[in-house]
Amino acid sequence: MNTVRKNLADGVFLTCLPAQKFKTCLLSAQFAAPLSRQNAAAYALIPSVLRRGTAHYPDMGALSARLDHLYGARIDDTVRKIGECQCAGFVASFLDDRFAPGGERLLQPVADLLGELLCKPVAENGAFLPAYFDSEKTNLLDAIASIRNDKRLWAGRRLLSEMCAGEPYGLSRLGEESDADALENGAAFGAYLDMLSAAPLEIVYCGSAEPEAVADALRGALSELPRADVRVLPGVLPHAPRADVLRVEDSMDVTQGKLEIGFSCESDDYMALLMGNTLFGGSSNAKLFMNVREKLSLCYYASSAFHRQKKMITVSSGIEFADYQNAFDEIMEQLAAVRRGEFEDWEIDSARSLLLNSYASMGDAQGKLENFYLSRAVAGFDETPETLSEKTRNMTVDRIIDAMRTVRLDTVYFLKGKEAEA
Amino acid sequence: MITRYERIGESVFRKKLANGLELRVVPRPDYARKYAFFATRYGGMDTRFCLNGQWLDTPAGIAHYLEHKMFDTEEGNALQELAKNGAEPNAFTGNAMTGYYFDSTQHFEENLRILLSFVSVPYFTKESVDKEQGIIAQEIRMIEDNPDWRIYHNMVESLYQSNAARTEIAGSVDSIREITAETLYDCHKAFYTPSNMILSVVGDVDPERVEEIAAEILPASGGPEIPRDYGREPEGVGRREFRQTMEVATPQFLAGFKCRPAAEGETWFRQALIGELASDILLGESSPLYLKLYRDGLINSTFGGDYELLPGYACFYAGGDSRDSRAVADAIIKEAARLAAGGIDPDFYERTRRTIYGSYIRSFNSFETIAVSMTEGYFHGYDPFRFPEVFESIAPEDVCAFLRENIAPERCALSEILPGETA
Repeated sequence: MNTVRKNLADGVFLTCLPAQKFKTCLLSAQFAAPLSRQNAAAYALIPSVLRRGTAHYPDMGALSARLDHLYGARIDDTVRKIGECQCAGFVASFLDDRFAPGGERLLQPVADLLGELLCKPVAENGAFLPAYFDSEKTNLLDAIASIRNDKRLWAGRRLLSEMCAGEPYGLSRLGEESDADALENGAAFGAYLDMLSAAPLEIVYCGSAEPEAVADALRGALSELPRADVRVLPGVLPHAPRADVLRVEDSMDVTQGKLEIGFSCESDDYMALLMGNTLFGGSSNAKLFMNVREKLSLCYYASSAFHRQKKMITVSSGIEFADYQNAFDEIMEQLAAVRRGEFEDWEIDSARSLLLNSYASMGDAQGKLENFYLSRAVAGFDETPETLSEKTRNMTVDRIIDAMRTVRLDTVYFLKGKEAEA
Repeated sequence: MITRYERIGESVFRKKLANGLELRVVPRPDYARKYAFFATRYGGMDTRFCLNGQWLDTPAGIAHYLEHKMFDTEEGNALQELAKNGAEPNAFTGNAMTGYYFDSTQHFEENLRILLSFVSVPYFTKESVDKEQGIIAQEIRMIEDNPDWRIYHNMVESLYQSNAARTEIAGSVDSIREITAETLYDCHKAFYTPSNMILSVVGDVDPERVEEIAAEILPASGGPEIPRDYGREPEGVGRREFRQTMEVATPQFLAGFKCRPAAEGETWFRQALIGELASDILLGESSPLYLKLYRDGLINSTFGGDYELLPGYACFYAGGDSRDSRAVADAIIKEAARLAAGGIDPDFYERTRRTIYGSYIRSFNSFETIAVSMTEGYFHGYDPFRFPEVFESIAPEDVCAFLRENIAPERCALSEILPGETA
């Protein structure tokens, strides 16, 4: 894919991913800021308040009517955590001009609406409209509280907050409940104005329009964006290995226990760690699936994830409360097997093919492309799916073993049932 | 054999093979991914059926259990075979279908052979069947702790008194203990015949090669039609309210409405679209009701509605987080009556129509959506690519009639999950 990157204004970048094959176009605009306790809740709130109305379309009814006319164009407010960055903004998706039944052109009107949402909120006396601020604050508090409804998500969150306490990575993309609760309208509006002028703005377009036409549409749409003293995003420090393993347990009224384990990785060979993790628990052919689930029938899911910027691996599984020790021992045994290099050729081939497949098919999904190129811009990497494929093809067993030997147990989290407390 | 659909920019290769298998290929040049979806018309609701003249009652959860066990082969496990080629295989069991699929960028033909082979050739032993109990029991536990699933299932159980859609797809920890290798073989024999199945492929592939491979791997003949018993459903709602307490942060609700089921054929598709349009007009994000309830703080962005059809079953439902679910349910019923009596604002109707049009075209970006909607269309007798034509045949009066008939207090059941500890 011939990507084009353009600097549209001070700290405003457009990544254009030209593609003719999709029925829709994607346009994403994301402000990037260092994830911090001080600002996380405010930044999580801002897109949802902005999404309530603009100067021209002052309420949700008017905004919806506008989007309906654009053949159900969607503009969703989003908040993401990418490494130790918080990205807040909007992702728009709208019909490619070929499929608009009346032959309408949709890029400029959608870009204009996106620009309005970013730059022209309904405001009065140096604050958001109180009704919008208040109800979105309530919604944010509900969203933070609702993380505990999904026990797997909640256990994963608890692991990161314990393991990375004191590191930005331990924070939630939505901010802490107490911080959200204490947020005041004037302060949130101040954070918004600061974000507007000083936070890097990453825009991603994927669709059939020429990059120059996209840039022109956006220059018009963002002509009133005030920019001054744009910040540079700080680098990310890897998670520092812990001297003694941290063990944390919670209990809830649940029928299944959730075991979450965090590991630190010393090695700088991230491709070897990525492939080592794929072998260990990154797929349905990995050691965790084959042994913890298929051989011992201890769980329905047992998988692992590699957190590249933090040099961490985390394992996630749902088990009977009584199987805690069995499951923990087996997970550790499988990690040990990877470190000893006990894997067969087919396991290596399949981990390699799986990664190659994911890079090769990335260009087939607009959402994946957007996330990849946004993450790349925010993290300051310069890889493409093609260079990652090349590195994957060149990976050797020795490098994987060397890298995985630096993986050390760091934190163990277990969510158990209430009756298991006795 | 190739049908072109100019308005949505698709073409479909279609063929029924000698053994009764329905084959569909949607060519997608310019894409690296190739996706194959192989499905049988057999799901969680098909527990009572007639095989060789004898009615069988099988345990709840058996279709799903069978799905898990199909990956076992005499040589080992099909998951690993596919993984060696970098394919990402998986499967799911719904109420009325079970689908097996893979996604790959390389070795497509070899992967297709593996898929067709493991799904059509069962291989279970007592040991391998017993071993799966622990895995599926944990899947069931996971579902038991999931409030979204609980609230939905409690609603279905309240609305319907005997229809088989009440059966939990995964069954219960108790019901799956009754499953044996022998029953699994019976179910496979009954439902995994080519004449009860459809193979859909999306991607840059040669349809004729797909046809050749399917003819080579699958059995030469189909099987008999299997009569199924979904129960005799009485009129009326079984239970008006269903409350469960769980460890959740905020109260959640679903207001369900028991609707008139649809006949198979294009009317099924048309009725599904009317239901979807009715949902958006009554309570979609642009609707006056949604905007008012959101403004009053009675709902938040988790609020939404849907309409679904199964054999002998139709349901319209809406819900989300709310501190006063009764007030929201009452407001939905009142607004439906207002629209049914006074008609729909023409401008609003047109806007909503446009939005659904856009969302359907958008959905054809997804290989998974294409394959699953072709499969559902085949099982229920319609062609999803005729969307623009069928959609245009719907008038505002159809939507009003739908609301008048279905969104009524006597058809409603309110399902709630409240924060707290299990009683």
